Amino acid sequence: MRSILSILIENEAGALSRVVGLFSQRGYNIESLTVAVTDDPTLSRMTITTHADERKIEQILKQLHKLVDVLKVCELTDGAHIERELMLVKVKATGAKRDEVKRNADIFRGQIVDVTQSVYTVQLSGTTEKLDAFIAALGEATEIVEVVRSGVCGIARGERALRP
Amino acid sequence: MEMLSGAEMVIRSLQDEGVKHIFGYPGGSVLDIYDALFQCSDIEHFLVRHEQAAVHMADGYTRATGKVGCVLVTSGPGATNCITGIATAYMDSIPMVVLSGQVPTGFIGDDAFQETDMIGVSRPVVKHSFLCKKAEDIPVAIKKAFYLAATGRPGPVVVDLPKDVQNPKLKFPYQYPESVQMRSYNPTLSGHKGQIKRAVKALMAAKRPVLYVGGGAINAEASADVIQLAEQCNLPVATTLMGLGAFPGTHKQSLGMLGMHGTYEANMAMHNSDLIFAVGARFDDRVTNAVDKFCPNATIMHIDIDPTSISKIINADIPIVGSVEVVLRQMQEMMTEMDAAKEQEDLAPWWQLIDTWRARECLVYEKSDKVIKPQQVIETLYKVTKGDAIITSDVGQHQMFGALYYPFKKPRQWINSGGLGTMGFGFPAAMGCKVALPDEEVACITGDGSIQMNIQELSTCMQYNIPVKIISLNNRSLGMVKQWQKMFYEGRQSHSYMDSVPDFVKLAEAYHHVGIRVDKPEELEPALEKAFAMKDRLVFLDIAVDPEEHVYPMQIKFGSMQDMFLSKTERT
Repeated sequence: MRSILSILIENEAGALSRVVGLFSQRGYNIESLTVAVTDDPTLSRMTITTHADERKIEQILKQLHKLVDVLKVCELTDGAHIERELMLVKVKATGAKRDEVKRNADIFRGQIVDVTQSVYTVQLSGTTEKLDAFIAALGEATEIVEVVRSGVCGIARGERALRP
Repeated sequence: MEMLSGAEMVIRSLQDEGVKHIFGYPGGSVLDIYDALFQCSDIEHFLVRHEQAAVHMADGYTRATGKVGCVLVTSGPGATNCITGIATAYMDSIPMVVLSGQVPTGFIGDDAFQETDMIGVSRPVVKHSFLCKKAEDIPVAIKKAFYLAATGRPGPVVVDLPKDVQNPKLKFPYQYPESVQMRSYNPTLSGHKGQIKRAVKALMAAKRPVLYVGGGAINAEASADVIQLAEQCNLPVATTLMGLGAFPGTHKQSLGMLGMHGTYEANMAMHNSDLIFAVGARFDDRVTNAVDKFCPNATIMHIDIDPTSISKIINADIPIVGSVEVVLRQMQEMMTEMDAAKEQEDLAPWWQLIDTWRARECLVYEKSDKVIKPQQVIETLYKVTKGDAIITSDVGQHQMFGALYYPFKKPRQWINSGGLGTMGFGFPAAMGCKVALPDEEVACITGDGSIQMNIQELSTCMQYNIPVKIISLNNRSLGMVKQWQKMFYEGRQSHSYMDSVPDFVKLAEAYHHVGIRVDKPEELEPALEKAFAMKDRLVFLDIAVDPEEHVYPMQIKFGSMQDMFLSKTERT
């Protein structure tokens, strides 16, 4: 089962390594991890996507909560939520491929943010599935030079909020 | 406000925290702190011969008293030598504060001389850690360290102190905080009322309950509450290796230790139980045997202060997060409120069944008049000390013999490395106990393998006159390894024997201690009497025991709790 965990953590040196260390130490897997400061500069917000059964997820949540630096933990995939990932993808764009890449970018509502005579760099945000689909489509249209993805960040829909 | 340097702040913070004893070893990165310590008369420092021993001493000190032990070491090797000790404390939830020196902040990351990323290296085995980058941070970091170490599920905390932060020339205003609050840290102490009600109901309804008591009951100082509940409800009590003493081993309701080398009656009662009430225990793999076969008909009730311990290995039907002491008192109140009481005869059929298991007398061993049996050493030790000594242990066969054949009367009387299983723990831990409680008899049960892992501390004992008794069960081999090799590796003794066991008597004498060699069964009791009569001397008893003896009962791997070897020829 894929789960997205949101973590509110003290914005202090070493806090990130405690979270990452916990995952490797206990054999939990991390599919993606994002972290940045929040509106409150003393707090960071992390989003981790992981794969595990329900019981393991419960244990991960408890273990995260046990870390002294962690204020709040929740499983976003428990309820309605929004998830987004940002991707920058650099592709070969020569000849007929230039148009094909542009068309694909438009269809997926991506933006071409850098151009040279031979490459385009496309920016796209969306769910993980959307980004996967775009990579697949681009792969058919042209040659992919490099891909960089931010990992998932997410937030609950409606009133539900992760506050200290 | 008083102006102090960083180094002085460290010592003053310890004083203000009420620290009376500290265990450590100086070095380049902590020279300023040691200089401040030199000028402080109310903290006694013990210079060990290896930093690992300093941590075990602090650990023993803590386990014997409940007071948070404190360690001071230098950076690099000083810090890394502490890791085994810190991991030992972490696994057994022992509160402790380790102060480590660090290279100056400007040198961190440059691979400076004696630099180690102590925060990184210790991270998986500490409850929390602090790196003080400014002198002004020191008092709060130390206050938080002691607070975190001792509250919630206790554990070791590291405070890393770079050398420039200690600079004796730079003075800053000093104030030790009276209390600290951390918005991200609020351990739950009292249990959920609804769950407590369910727990009381389940307990009243149970026909075959077992109280399964672990080290958490000792950490929470809940022994009296455990005894009260057990007596009130006539419950059989099985104790983990860490929980020995939380319920008196001499009590008629005690089934002794459970688990891999638990008693027949304890393991049988667990397996056949309809309600397991786990109190400050964590369903360790050395208790449960195969998890899928664990106690098939039992409802599981589990009190633990650490939510991660609940339903980690065995799913809890009635989980209660809270301090054992608080929750047990809440249960008492709830029982009064609900007017719930368990009739003593309610459990009569269950006790009859347990008595049939007890009748098997699983701890009876073959006596000999030619060779000393290890079990006999522990029984004689019990007799000579009248069951009152604080017993520390190393790790191996002798540890299990100690756990099984010395019925502990009170909490904090049995001190051993349960979770990590650290050989070399027993002797320095005994030293820490003796420093904390100089009027108590302290004996370390050890073996010829374990004792050599921290034997250099004979020198520390000489310097500070720490008169512990070392009871070494010498079988000229690594007994527990050999037992497994005999049982599961067709007897191939791969590197489990010792060809060069030293003359321990001479070794003890080299450090101006007393060494006594015991070879014959009839010499055993007089030798122990003699050793304990020498109140002010460290006595090393080198006792030649039967090297062929195995520890039984022993659970059969991949089986349930009731699957046990009972001797070399019998099994369940």
